[in-house]
Amino acid sequence: MAKDYIIDIQHLSKSFGGVKVLDDINFYIRKGEFITLLGPSGCGKTTLLRQIAGFIAPDEGKILLEGKDISGIPPYERPLNTVFQRYALFPHLDVYDNIAFGLKLQKLAPEEIQKRVKKMLKMVSMTDYEDRSVDSLSGGQQQRVAIARALVNYPKVLLLDEPLAALDLKMRKDMQLELKEIHRKMGITFIYVTHDQEEALTLSDTIVVMNEGKIQQIGTPTDIYNEPVNCFVADFIGESNILKGRMMRDRRVAFIKHEFDCVDEGFGEDVPVDVVVRPEDIYFTTDPAKCQFTAKVNSCIFKGVHYEMWVDTDTGYELMIQDYDPYEVGSEVMLYIDPDDIQVMHKERTRNVFDGKMVDETHVELIGGVFECKAQADLSAGDEVRAEIRFEDVDLLDHQEDGVIAGEVHFLLYKGDHYHLTILTEEGDHIWVDTNDIWDKGDLVGINFKPRGIKLTKKND
Amino acid sequence: MIKRSYWSLPYLIFMVMFVVLPLILIAVYAFQDGSGHFTLANITRFFTDSDSLQTFALSIEIAIENTLICILLGYPAAWILANRKLNRSAVTVMLFIMPMWINALMRTLATAELFNMLGFTLGKGTLLFGMVYDYIPFMIYPIYNILMKMDNSYAEAAEDLGATPWKVFWKITVPLSMPGVMSGVLMVFMPTVSTFAISEFLTNNKIKLFGTIIQENINSSMWNYGAALAFIMLLIIGITSLFGDNKETQAEGGLI
Repeated sequence: MAKDYIIDIQHLSKSFGGVKVLDDINFYIRKGEFITLLGPSGCGKTTLLRQIAGFIAPDEGKILLEGKDISGIPPYERPLNTVFQRYALFPHLDVYDNIAFGLKLQKLAPEEIQKRVKKMLKMVSMTDYEDRSVDSLSGGQQQRVAIARALVNYPKVLLLDEPLAALDLKMRKDMQLELKEIHRKMGITFIYVTHDQEEALTLSDTIVVMNEGKIQQIGTPTDIYNEPVNCFVADFIGESNILKGRMMRDRRVAFIKHEFDCVDEGFGEDVPVDVVVRPEDIYFTTDPAKCQFTAKVNSCIFKGVHYEMWVDTDTGYELMIQDYDPYEVGSEVMLYIDPDDIQVMHKERTRNVFDGKMVDETHVELIGGVFECKAQADLSAGDEVRAEIRFEDVDLLDHQEDGVIAGEVHFLLYKGDHYHLTILTEEGDHIWVDTNDIWDKGDLVGINFKPRGIKLTKKND
Repeated sequence: MIKRSYWSLPYLIFMVMFVVLPLILIAVYAFQDGSGHFTLANITRFFTDSDSLQTFALSIEIAIENTLICILLGYPAAWILANRKLNRSAVTVMLFIMPMWINALMRTLATAELFNMLGFTLGKGTLLFGMVYDYIPFMIYPIYNILMKMDNSYAEAAEDLGATPWKVFWKITVPLSMPGVMSGVLMVFMPTVSTFAISEFLTNNKIKLFGTIIQENINSSMWNYGAALAFIMLLIIGITSLFGDNKETQAEGGLI
């Protein structure tokens, strides 16, 4: 293990009531780093932070602090301090006593306590507030006191649980800069939890993107933004066009029914991939020699710094483009994309695969339901089978009771000419669907498979 | 159309008839002699009569003792009930609160019978037992309430800053639950000062409390002196309630 790791997390897992909240988390944190755990609500980032703080014991795995396992050590013996989401300032103590709380517990000399509290108050620009009751402070001031209260103990690591979530936008931006400044001055390792991707990009040295209890990607803000490893990261961080593509050969990729030069290699030949193009990386041109494809402007909205336009390509795909100059709605435009700006990603999956069992010749039991399938001459009732179902062979129905099984729209992605949905069934399985219908996250749906779309093979054990 | 403020009329009439008028009557009687002339004699009589003063002192003493015992027993009980690790069932909470649903007089009579049956000598011990038994739910409930509503993040923050569970309890939980303790104190202390039934049944009138002598005076038609004693007691209670009357109690105490 390298010397500059302050925290090393190994194979950490946690379940609540049978639901896996964290699934085999592995990463390390360098000393002095500002690291952000980023993800949508319910992705496990807060659980992970609370495990580091010691409020939740992991089911499996280890948390090493400077090489020593701290899993069994209670929070009050860990040299870490937390800034809580809603600050949790003690209402019965004034600002000074709130900040001095940890130092008094350490039984430091009163002069030393006073010196350190004053220094902290100065650092967070709250010098004249020591006698104020915490209830009389604004949200931003309470935030500063909470930071001072944690930092005054000189922890080895400062944990921050969405500390700016309760502040308004302007205040949040100011506090972001201040936090960064404090981090620079103190040189303490910060672990920051947020669901705000912009905040993560602004503050962090390293970002850990999480979803559904798993780490999706770890990298610097520019890595994460420019080279997302999968559709989730590309969609969660910034705006993006995510499209189905096909790697023709090294440095040559096809999507939106055109071929483009790119810089990616090593995917193989004629391999299905996903392609991400950021909206600011699609350029307008008037030079027919540069033009790679044409499109018609569908809408154009002014967003402050840039215009956001949706265009329909000559091949029937919708793309989002951001540009400083507006183009008239309805006008035909010529477009091109630089090879550098095309990010090619491995496809995480190309079809649904489930294990099941034959019920009779034309019915198969899968993921908690009995589905009709084509007559299977070579399979008999009771046979263990593997079912493959293409994304477009899944039917979603408005009413849960109309489907063979029921589920909920869990995640959706627009891929230029269709939606790619992740459906979470009541039994907890994932089904992926391609559809042209518009659904929203959280919609309850009935699920059916097209009988001809279920491809069954007998499982050999 | 009737103005909406008229809707309060029935309540106003009720308040005047059953709260304001009796209070005025007590004050009027307290400052009158038997024939209806203004006098301060009733008040001075109390302050010069050593028996009355002693009874009064004893009542306050017993009320303080009762309140202290109720805090000492009630706080841990409330804490255990509010602790999700130790108590997962609402039934246990109900068992503690349920005595409040039964008439106090009935419970007192039953307690007296129990002591008789067991052959205990009735006296100060049985009196305090009866009082604690009657009033402890009124201490437990407000404390339980405030502990249940207390944001767990305060305790976590203290623990995060290095406080052991013991220190968390004394430095965070106890100070933050003081409003609940205060409303518990008000609900236990004030009624114990004026109680007479408990001392009558549980000591066979061996120990007389302030409430007892008020009752005796009224029963023997000494209305003016009885009213003066009641008036003095009201003042005392008024002062204690002012003492405990801060914003926190009102905002978070949540009596029942």
